[in-house]
Amino acid sequence: MPLIKEGVLAEDSWQALADEDELVEGPIVVTLDRWQSEREALLSRNTPIGVRLKSDQTPALLADDLDRFAVVALEFPKFNDGRAYSYARLLRDRYAFKGEVRAVGNVLRDQFLLMQRCGFDAFEVANEAAAAAWEKAISEISVTYQPGADARRPALALRRNRPAA
Amino acid sequence: MYRYDEFDHTLVNERVHQFRDQVERRLSGELTEDQFKPLRLMNGLYLQLHAYMLRVAVPYGTLSSTQMRKLAYVARRYDKGYGHFTTRQNIQFNWPKLEETPDILADLAEVEMHAIQTSGNCIRNTTSDQFAGAAADEIEDPRVYCEIIRQWSTLHPEFTFLPRKFKIAVTGADHDRAAVRVHDIGLQMCRNEAGEVGFEVVVGGGLGRTPVIGQTIREFLPKQHLLSYLEAILRVYNQLGRRDNLYKARIKILVRSEGIESFRNLVEEEWSHIKESALQLPLDEIARIENYFSPPRYERLDDTVRELEVKRFEDRDFASWVRTNVSTHKQPGYAVATISLKPTGKPPGDASAWQMDAVADLAESYSHSEIRVTHEQNLVLAHVKKADLYALWSGLRDVELATPNAGLLSDMIACPGLDYCNLANARSIPVAQRISERFSDLERQHDIGGLKIKISGCINACGHHHVGHIGLLGVDKKGEEFYQITLGGSADENTAIGKIVGPAFSYDDVVDAVEDIVDTYLEYRSDGEEFSDTFRRVGLAPFKEKLYAAH
Repeated sequence: MPLIKEGVLAEDSWQALADEDELVEGPIVVTLDRWQSEREALLSRNTPIGVRLKSDQTPALLADDLDRFAVVALEFPKFNDGRAYSYARLLRDRYAFKGEVRAVGNVLRDQFLLMQRCGFDAFEVANEAAAAAWEKAISEISVTYQPGADARRPALALRRNRPAA
Repeated sequence: MYRYDEFDHTLVNERVHQFRDQVERRLSGELTEDQFKPLRLMNGLYLQLHAYMLRVAVPYGTLSSTQMRKLAYVARRYDKGYGHFTTRQNIQFNWPKLEETPDILADLAEVEMHAIQTSGNCIRNTTSDQFAGAAADEIEDPRVYCEIIRQWSTLHPEFTFLPRKFKIAVTGADHDRAAVRVHDIGLQMCRNEAGEVGFEVVVGGGLGRTPVIGQTIREFLPKQHLLSYLEAILRVYNQLGRRDNLYKARIKILVRSEGIESFRNLVEEEWSHIKESALQLPLDEIARIENYFSPPRYERLDDTVRELEVKRFEDRDFASWVRTNVSTHKQPGYAVATISLKPTGKPPGDASAWQMDAVADLAESYSHSEIRVTHEQNLVLAHVKKADLYALWSGLRDVELATPNAGLLSDMIACPGLDYCNLANARSIPVAQRISERFSDLERQHDIGGLKIKISGCINACGHHHVGHIGLLGVDKKGEEFYQITLGGSADENTAIGKIVGPAFSYDDVVDAVEDIVDTYLEYRSDGEEFSDTFRRVGLAPFKEKLYAAH
C-alpha cells in the first residue's frame, strides 16, 4: 500500500502482522490482541513496535503503554466510520502521543484534511493517484472554525489577533 | 443579523470551488455515483425520486431581504419557479440540474449562503425560536449561540462522519417554539441561582421511528463552556453510538441504552479534560456575536394604535388575519407577523419566486429587511409596527400570502411524501390539501381554535407526526396507502409523544377520520381547553369510540 507522509509518497519501513503471521525482523505493527497476549515477548525484541486498532478499539485501552509505541495505526473499515477521528484526537490531545498516527483502511483523498486536522500524520492509500491529490486536498479549504490537533489557527484566534479597525 | 467577515466568505467560496471540482470529476466519470454520493450529500444535494434536490441552509431560520431575493432568483433561474421551506428552517429546490449546482452555490455564496451540512451524518443546521429577539418571554436572543454553534460545527473535522445525523436546537424563551426536547441536543437558556445566564442541556430527544423525549444532562451550563460541553457530548457519541444499524444509530438510542446517569458520567469525564481548552468562549467573542443581533432601533410608540383598531373594525378579513397571524412583541407599538405558507389546497411550505420577492420587499418596508423561516414551515416578520400591519397585510394579500390560519387546523406540517421522496410509503401533501379543503371554512377553523396536525409519509417522521395534536403516519399495506393516527402529541415545553388511536385508515377514509376526531374534541372540550388539555382529561376512549364504532 502506498504511504503518504509529510505530503509525499514515503518508504514504509513497517510491516503489519496479522495475528497468525510469524514474527519478523525489523519494525512491526501488531494488533491489539497480539499486543495484549504477547506483550512481554514483543517488548523483549528491542525493535520499534507499532499497534493497529480496529474501529471499535479506543486508544484508552492502551493508555498506560502508549510510550512503548512508535506508530498507532487506526482503522477505517469504511470511510464513513468516523470513530478513529475521535481516537486520533484522544491520542494527540489527551495522551500527548508524539509518534506516528497512521490512517489505514478505506482512506480517501476527500478525508485527508479532516484526518490531518484530527492528528493523523501518515496515510495508507489505495493508489499513488491519491498522493498526487494531497496538496490540493489539504489546502482547498483554508479556514478553520474550531481548534484541532493540527497547527492551523482557528478563525476565532485570528480574529482576536487582528488589529482593531 | 450576522454578517460574514473575510473568514466566513473565504470558507464558503472555497467550498464552492471544491464542490465544482467534485461535480466535474463526477461528470467526467472519474467518480462513480457511489463515490460521489457522500461528497454531494455534504453539500445538501440529494438524488430523489425524479431529480436531484438541493437543500440550502438558512442558519437558525434567519434571512435578509437580499438573501430571500437570491432564493427567488435561484427558483426562477435553476428550478421550476418555486422553493419549499422545510421543518429544519431550510429551503429545498426540487429540480436543479447536477451540472448547474456549483453555479447555484456560487450565486448563494454571493449573499452569504451555502448548503454545507444540510445532509449527511454530521451536525446539521441549528434551529431556533422564530420569534427570537422579539418575544416578551425571552431571556436572551438564542441566535447568538446558534451562530457560535454554526461556526464551531462547520466542517468540524472530528464530527463529519458521526453514526447518524445530529440536530441541535436552541431557545431563549420559556415557551418553547423550537421543540428542543425532541432534538439530539436541546439548549434551553436559563438563569442559575446567582442570576447568571446559561443553558439547561437536554440530550437524546428525537422523532423518527423511535420517538424519545430528551432528558436533562446538565441543569446549568455557563455560556463560556458551551462549545466544550457540546464537543464532549459529540465525542462520546461518535465513539459509542451504534453503527451497525441505521435505525439505532441516533444518540437517543445510546442515551437510552447507557441510561442518562451513566451517559452523563461519560460526558462529564470527557468534559473535565477539555473544559479549560481553546474551546472556552471568551466573553468578548460572545459580545462580538451579540452585536450582530442587537435589536433594531425601535421608535417609542404607544401600544394602542388607533388606525389599527379602525381597520380591524372596518375590514373583517384583516381582523381575522390579525387574530391568528399577529403575535405580541416585547416592544410597545410593535407586533410579530406570521406569513402562512399554508393556503387552502396548496402544498405546505411552498413559495413561488414572485412570492419570495414580494416578502423580501415587504420585509424591507416594514420589518428591518429581516425574515424568519419557522419549523412549522411558515415565514415570520418579527418587528412590524402595529401601524404598518394593514399595509403589510394588503401587500401579502396581493400575492396570496394572507391566509389567516397561523396555528389553526390548516396550518399543518407535512413532509414531501411519496410525491417527491423515495423513502415515503404514502403521500403527505395531497392529504394535507384534502384536509385543508374539508375545513376550508375559516370560521369553523376559528371555532376549533389552535390545533396542530402533522403528517409524515413514512416512519422517518420528517413531518413530526409524533408531536402533532393529531399525527398522521403514512404506512404501506399490501401496496396501498394507509395512515396511522396518533393523538395528544406536543412539541412545546410540555412535550408529549402522541398515542396510536387504533387501526390505520385508507387514503380515502383518512380525512373523514380527522373530521371525526375534531368533532369528538369539540364535543368533549370544556371552556378554554386546548386539544392537549382535553385529550389528557378524556384519553383515547371517546375518540376510539367515534372512529371505530361506526366503521
